[in-house]
Amino acid sequence: MKATTIARLLVVAFCVGLLELLCRTGQMPRLVIIPPSEMFIAMIGLLRQPQILDSLAFTVMVVAVSGVMSVVMGVLIGIVIHATPRLREVVEPVLSAYYAIPNFIFYPLFIVVFGLGAPSLIALAVLFAIGAMVIATIDGLDSIPPIYRRVASVFQIGYRKELWHIRLPAAAPYLLTGMKLVVVYAFIAVIAGEFLLSNKGVGHEIAFAYNNFDNASMYGLILLVILLILLINALLRLVRAPGSRGTELAR
Amino acid sequence: MSRRLVNLALLVGLVLVVWEAAHLIAGASAIASPTDTIEHLVSLAGTSRFWDNARATVVAFAMAACITVAGGVALGIVFGISRFARETVEPIITMIYSLPKITLYPVILLIFGFGLSSKVALGVLHGIVPIVLFTMGAIAQINPVYVRSGRAMSLGLMKRIAHIYVPAALPGIASGLRVGLSLTLFGTLIGEMFASQSGLGALLMASIETAQVKTILALAVVLSVFAITMNALLLRLDKHLRAGGQGK
Repeated sequence: MKATTIARLLVVAFCVGLLELLCRTGQMPRLVIIPPSEMFIAMIGLLRQPQILDSLAFTVMVVAVSGVMSVVMGVLIGIVIHATPRLREVVEPVLSAYYAIPNFIFYPLFIVVFGLGAPSLIALAVLFAIGAMVIATIDGLDSIPPIYRRVASVFQIGYRKELWHIRLPAAAPYLLTGMKLVVVYAFIAVIAGEFLLSNKGVGHEIAFAYNNFDNASMYGLILLVILLILLINALLRLVRAPGSRGTELAR
Repeated sequence: MSRRLVNLALLVGLVLVVWEAAHLIAGASAIASPTDTIEHLVSLAGTSRFWDNARATVVAFAMAACITVAGGVALGIVFGISRFARETVEPIITMIYSLPKITLYPVILLIFGFGLSSKVALGVLHGIVPIVLFTMGAIAQINPVYVRSGRAMSLGLMKRIAHIYVPAALPGIASGLRVGLSLTLFGTLIGEMFASQSGLGALLMASIETAQVKTILALAVVLSVFAITMNALLLRLDKHLRAGGQGK
């Protein structure tokens, strides 16, 4: 194991240990925060409740649907913007400021239009995550070495085939980065939306526990969400684009 | 310049067309028309309720921004200077970046209580992470010659930070500020929606509860314009520093 990995584990262990100590000695009031060990025990207990598992499944389902929609629509919009330079010039400021706009202010409108539940959450998550996919697609298409396009024109394969067989595979590493961001952003948006206003999902359970002064469940759920995101991030880091080294070399 | 103005006009036109189309599809009770919203915004701008809340948001955002910038840059420098420290904490900070920090809002509320300090804390919590990451990265990428020449002149740590690390890392720090301050605004507004009775976020929450679509949209316009303007100014600063600062 590398020295930095050991140091990192020590830092995390120290922080958790310090919190545990402060809670156990009563420096931190129990009404504010509970010891990490109790959070963990609460989390295990929550995983046995069918209602919590339902909420978890609901959240994951909503994230999956919005993730797929964001990727498909994001790639399509990215291709259109990349293919029309005039349009690109016009929407450029929006793309660069996309994540500066607090998107959740549109959530209430989605609730008015789609009603409370999965469709509004999906709309919020797609609105939030699609920007990353559009930007990644444009960057990816920009990065393609001109030689590839020349090969395509030599074979006269037509725009659609060129897109499908040459451009998109060549942009794959960027598209993959975009997809990873989509997963994380969709998760953030769905949980935030559930938290703001919803009748289902993990975010809603956290808000519910908070409103009922149920600190054990609340911290158990927060820990569950954190561990879930950590797991997803770790899995995403393992995914690599096929032939990503090839494109590096060709450049 | 004129081409830029034409592009801006086209963009505004595009937004209005999409908005009007959404209005026609969803109906006036769901999405108010652009003209109605602007009319409502003008009348809203004549009320003291709007300006009192806007002032509260600006005050909270300014406080959060100061803490975010000072704290983020300081932490970024501390972690950035030592390679060992950077490699140790970087994955931890990247992980914190990807968390939905809104779930921590109950914790913030329990610690800081209802009001100004909670919304400032949420703003800082959202914005500080990217600033630390960008500053750390910028410090790590400083041309080693600068650092060595500082050592050759046997400058003390504080002098090295003030005269070498910070000026050399300035372009990277500016990029971090752009991302970080946008998120600080985001966090402050979230804080106002839940942990406060003053500010545009609280006004937004009140109009959500009473389903005042026109007010929601008017506030969305105000906040979007503010966020885009701030982003454009910081982007200009960023580009300016990148063009002149490095001398590459």
